[in-house]
Amino acid sequence: MNLLSNNVSGVQASVLESSRLHPIAGGTKPALSTPREGVTGLDMSPIRGIIEYQPDEFTFSAYAGTRIADVNELLQENKQYLPFDPPLVKWGATLGGTVASGLSGPGRYHYGGIRDFLLGVKYINGTGQIVQAGGKVVKNAAGFDLAKLMVGCRGVFGPMIELSFKVFPKPEQFATFRREFPNLDSALQMLKEASISQLDIDSIDLVPDESGTILWIRIGGLASAVPSRVIRMVEFLGDCEVFQDSKETNYWEETREFLWVPPDWSLVKVPLTPRLISSIEQKLVSIPIVRRYSCAGQVGWFAIPGPPTDLNECLLSLNLSGMPMFGFTTSQVIGKNVKSEFYRQVKNAMDPENRFGEA
Amino acid sequence: MELDKLISSLANIFPSDRLFTKPAQITPYESDALTAYQCRPVAVVLPETQEEVIDIVRLCNRYKVPFMARGSGTSLSGGSLPVEDGIVIALNRLDRILRIDPESRIAIVEAGVVNLAISEAAAPYGLYFAPDPSSQPICTIGGNLAFNAGGAHCLKYGVTSNHVLGVKAVLPGGEVVHLGGESLEGIGPDLVGLFVGSEGLFGIALEVTVRLMPKPESFKTILASYQSLEEAGDAVSSIVASGLLPGAMEIMDHLAIQAAEAAVDAGYPEGANAVLIVEMDGERQQVQEEFKLLMDVIDKSGAEKVRIAKDSAERQRIWQGRKSAFSAVGRLSPDYIVQDGVVPRSRLGEALAEIERLGRQYELRVANVFHAGDGNLHPLIMYDGREKGALERAKELAGKILDMCIRFGGSITGEHGIGMEKRAYLPRMFTEVDIATMKNLQRAIDPDKLSNPGKMFLENDNNETDFR
Repeated sequence: MNLLSNNVSGVQASVLESSRLHPIAGGTKPALSTPREGVTGLDMSPIRGIIEYQPDEFTFSAYAGTRIADVNELLQENKQYLPFDPPLVKWGATLGGTVASGLSGPGRYHYGGIRDFLLGVKYINGTGQIVQAGGKVVKNAAGFDLAKLMVGCRGVFGPMIELSFKVFPKPEQFATFRREFPNLDSALQMLKEASISQLDIDSIDLVPDESGTILWIRIGGLASAVPSRVIRMVEFLGDCEVFQDSKETNYWEETREFLWVPPDWSLVKVPLTPRLISSIEQKLVSIPIVRRYSCAGQVGWFAIPGPPTDLNECLLSLNLSGMPMFGFTTSQVIGKNVKSEFYRQVKNAMDPENRFGEA
Repeated sequence: MELDKLISSLANIFPSDRLFTKPAQITPYESDALTAYQCRPVAVVLPETQEEVIDIVRLCNRYKVPFMARGSGTSLSGGSLPVEDGIVIALNRLDRILRIDPESRIAIVEAGVVNLAISEAAAPYGLYFAPDPSSQPICTIGGNLAFNAGGAHCLKYGVTSNHVLGVKAVLPGGEVVHLGGESLEGIGPDLVGLFVGSEGLFGIALEVTVRLMPKPESFKTILASYQSLEEAGDAVSSIVASGLLPGAMEIMDHLAIQAAEAAVDAGYPEGANAVLIVEMDGERQQVQEEFKLLMDVIDKSGAEKVRIAKDSAERQRIWQGRKSAFSAVGRLSPDYIVQDGVVPRSRLGEALAEIERLGRQYELRVANVFHAGDGNLHPLIMYDGREKGALERAKELAGKILDMCIRFGGSITGEHGIGMEKRAYLPRMFTEVDIATMKNLQRAIDPDKLSNPGKMFLENDNNETDFR
């Protein structure tokens, strides 16, 4: 059974009334938001709305249950956007859920991930008090950066109620390039060259499939510069297709919404580096996993039809961790799962009564 | 506390040229760049390896002696000020660059590596380390990490925290932890993000994994002069409103210009009341088009003169003036305090007018240099320490500026950290519950308060102004 609070004081009361709580909102990542046995879910979706938006400051503040789709719409009116390219927007992802799961989309490659754009947070601690960390200005070095601590925390420090973000001017126009490679090595070589080139790139995704490997690259910027930049990228990549307008917008939207994941399959996020991709691919040969490497090989997305046994073994052998997003819900982390002494000390300090579960 | 036992134990490990106990040896470590504060520690130890640092921390923990890690001592907030019954651990000899990996775009370096040295090592691969505080030729990455250092290019590229992927650290209890890793992405709470900017209160960073960026292909740098700071500030607002995202936007007032010119002869316009430096950077074609937009804005902004850097040398010259400003102000005044508050960009003009008014009220000259792109002010409050009461007036004026930043919805520090200097102002920015949460964290990680004590929080738990 989930608790539902219509306002912040209701959330505070729920925290005090329950022995173990787990915040949920959009429910787009059920592997992370489904409360475990003995834990009560706390529905944060009514805690939503924009609090303040200052386009000329590049900042906004909003309640944690605010849908990202609503934020995007507001920012679009001022030709601004969230550079960390949050995923699952059409599914109903919220600001709080996206911070708690630490998720960014392919466009995070250019300017940074969600951790780089979160400025401040208000949350409710285990004694029902409101705690503020960070601030609302784009630069702030005062106090411990508890806002960053919330990124990827999966609710273990308490429900977030308000969040402040930095935004950027949205590129006027985009173009996307698709290049097929006969094998993984040649694709990885091009990925490496692109990532250390001086070309301003928005996204670099690599998709292995049966026929070979496909590299997808996206650029964005002033409309007047795009034509010459397209020519230059085609020269750089060689034989490739170029997409613009709705075709390329739709492609990245489908990517961000994980529409490439087969129905009823599970999805796992794996932070990694491009050096590890070859090893992963060797270990996954003939295993039915649909995967995609995003952000120039800094993160892998793995779609699997059943329990992640093979993927778990693969990750363990490479000293990697994976975070299930949806489908498989038995655990929040697969592969390597070691908690440092530092984490234990932080958790004990932030949630001494262990009201909010483990990360 | 068993100080004698600690010193004796250290003397068994370190030769006398790496363990200083004589006053003449210790004096240089009494203060950092905030020279208004001095405190002599009992000893200074110079480890050469990470293992030695770990051993020192474990000994300090055993004998309950406070320790302060120090890089190059460039902190402007008293962040590495010693305590008189503690020791300084000078990390400059942990200066190895362990690995540069251009494929993953990372560098793994020891904490004593100088900021600029990272970019120099990455240069052959066409990469660089983006955070560029003005002290980057001498400040260390360990210090940058402790105080979340910024620089001129923060609006577009972020601060140190946005470029640190992993930290190997020794906690105050002596445990060695590895936080984060080599990937830009992570799982679980962002412990690296928490550690960065913790001002040494969570232990000592030994090794840092930083992300490297490709060097921008093209720069277009301009220097525009204005009749007033207000006009320069309005130009910044117009640039932002145009949808551009410059790599840097910096403003200096006439005092700062005068000092910089005297020091480095950057060729700033004589008699200018304000100069604005704007830099666009990135892919060549993009920058070319952006530059057209920028000049359109600048042409309508009422600039008296506009200088466009025609080559790399001229670009460096423009920046040299800005980057030398802090040290150059030393030519105008025997002493100064530099503040680091942040205000919303739209209130910059108001903030500067208020600073000017306060300067008149306190009969002190204030030079202004600031990161206009992110609202980070650096008023340099000039005083003569030999004049009775001058330091106290300067500190009071500095405090009023911080109050103003809070009132405007900004921050008391954009990149220098709280350190010693601004402890009394943290409670004005955060509630008791907020501060208690942070103190609980410190207590959990460092129950004996051995690691860089006396920083960030007031010791007496009340809100008295705590300038000494």
